[in-house]
Amino acid sequence: MSAETATSPTKAAAGQELARPDASTLVVRFGGAFALGLALPGLEELRGALEAEPRPARLVFDATDLTRWDSRFLVHCRKIMDLARAAGVSVETAGLPAGALRLLELAAKVPERKGAARTATREAWLARLGGRSQAAWQAFTEVLDFLGEVTLAVCNLARGRAVMRRSDFLALLHSSGAQALPIVSLISALVGLILAFVGAVQLVAFGAQIYVSSLVGIAMIRVMGAIMTGIIMAGRTGAAFAAELGTMQVNEEIDALRTLGVSPMEFLVLPRLLALVVMMPLLCIYADLMGVLGGFVVGVFMLDLNPAQYLAATWDSVALANFWIGLVHSAVFGVLVALAGCYRGMHCGRSASAVGQATTSAVVTSIISIIIATAIITVICNILGI
Amino acid sequence: MQSPTAPQPHITVTGLTMAYGSFVLMRDLTFSINRGDIFIIMGGSGCGKSTLLKILVGLKEPAAGTVLYNDVSLWEVPPGERDLILRRTGILYQSGALWSSMTLAENVALPLEQYTGLGPRDIRELVSLKLALVGLAGFEDFYPSEISGGMRKRAGLARAMALDPEILFFDEPSAGLDPVSAHLLDELILELRESLQATVVIVTHELASIFAIGTNSVFLDVDKRTMTATGNPNDLLRETKDPSLRHFLTRGEE
Ligand SMILES: Nc1ncnc2c1ncn2[C@@H]1O[C@H](COP(=O)(O)OP(=O)(O)O)[C@@H](O)[C@H]1O
Ligand SMILES: [Mg+2]
Repeated sequence: MSAETATSPTKAAAGQELARPDASTLVVRFGGAFALGLALPGLEELRGALEAEPRPARLVFDATDLTRWDSRFLVHCRKIMDLARAAGVSVETAGLPAGALRLLELAAKVPERKGAARTATREAWLARLGGRSQAAWQAFTEVLDFLGEVTLAVCNLARGRAVMRRSDFLALLHSSGAQALPIVSLISALVGLILAFVGAVQLVAFGAQIYVSSLVGIAMIRVMGAIMTGIIMAGRTGAAFAAELGTMQVNEEIDALRTLGVSPMEFLVLPRLLALVVMMPLLCIYADLMGVLGGFVVGVFMLDLNPAQYLAATWDSVALANFWIGLVHSAVFGVLVALAGCYRGMHCGRSASAVGQATTSAVVTSIISIIIATAIITVICNILGI
Repeated sequence: MQSPTAPQPHITVTGLTMAYGSFVLMRDLTFSINRGDIFIIMGGSGCGKSTLLKILVGLKEPAAGTVLYNDVSLWEVPPGERDLILRRTGILYQSGALWSSMTLAENVALPLEQYTGLGPRDIRELVSLKLALVGLAGFEDFYPSEISGGMRKRAGLARAMALDPEILFFDEPSAGLDPVSAHLLDELILELRESLQATVVIVTHELASIFAIGTNSVFLDVDKRTMTATGNPNDLLRETKDPSLRHFLTRGEE
């Protein structure tokens, strides 16, 4: 800590001697260097000397032979002083270097805050179970709260009273729409291709390769296009929403909006929700086309089907209802991905790692809810017979 | 005030130009910071004080000029050597910059774990000492988001002091603090400098701090895009004829 800490060439290790010049005094004599990276003397000898009969009444320091010192010396002195105090021996610090003395006084100046230090407690399993179920119940009510607030924000929007910036909305449309096109093209074309390959293996055995077109067309347009865009958007845009809102939460930007009287639900969540609800169906239509194209490539170049015949077969076999069902799927997924991302972002903790957790759980929540929603819609369609 | 011996330069800056791309902030900065100085970098908001600090601590490369640490040029040595120089400095950032996902104890312990090879118990004790020095004894297990702004600044100071640096840099230490806390922080800096024999470099525009603790300074003039004065701020106030420096040092009341 002294200026020569880094430059001094001395490597004399720290030394500590005890002496009893008279019956009531114990002298602790320091020598050599006490610094980071050097071994320090132990305290057992001192502990023995403090207990030895006749008991010393005071402890005196002598640092005349000390060549250099830093924070570790201070820690060492604090330990000696604590030991002496515990043994009922009074400590005279006058013999310490002036700088060290001042720092020790400074460290003792503000007393340790009582009750601030935390201790780990182990709870009984029943208490833990109770705590968990309370936490789960609270999380559930928070989700309901959030959904309620979103509904209110949507109502405000319908009445034309929502505070939200047009430019934000347009930027979001761009980032969650046009910018997603390359990855949506790639994934859905490949999915179409894979479906065609897998189907062809079976259908060729019956000489029914023309039905590859219906297989790819119905699968893509009815559900796969929507699911693939949903999952892509969950990883791409839902995660971005969570990270963005989470960072705003950490920086107190959301508090700043609240105190301004602007509802973060309207200002931040609403444009994101709308952007995805508008963009997801459009992306889904695009993904349908790309998927059919993927199947087309396999049908025409691998199975030697006639291009016009392939397209006509697709057109004939895919009922319009399939198309509408796909669109409904994707609109629902848009709502789910946007809500999951925004909810995780808005309930983010106030640290960098909390942002990471929020992003992770946004993606997990979106994907799980996409799959569950698909199952529900499929069952409903089945009951309605479409 | 003191120093019977000749002052020893600790950091020497020569002909420094700082720029962001083609936007030149300041040119021709030449001054030296002596051992044991409390050196103030002063100037209006946006004149480039934080940028100068970033150059001094190796975060940003200067557009031209040299920065010498004890005759070693910070920007001309290999990066490994630069890291060794910078390990002997401690920095308190403008907003504390504590790592938000670590407790105060973990924040102060990280530099010690990285560079000292001490065992966990020794580190724990050193950390308690550093936190006690800044008046935060007992707050080891708190997260930065659970304490006040002033406490965050002090915890940042404890982290800056973790490796017993020879030079401490402060970016606006009293910004955002109430006058009493700001004064206490000044006292703390002064006390630590006295007992650690460290050199202190402070960016600030708080007049109270400038006159109370500064022993040397440099004034960056926004309009002239260069430094217009260097020296003890009290002497500068007495002697300067430069209207913009006078204006700054008297809060525009003269
Ligand atoms: N990363 C950056 N890129 C471009 N310009 C910057 C950057 N950081 C700061 N500036 C500009 O440099 C100027 C000085 O900034 P700064 O050093 O933070 O000022 P001070 O700390 O004196 O208030 C400001 O006008 C700012 O616009
Ligand atoms: Mg600044």
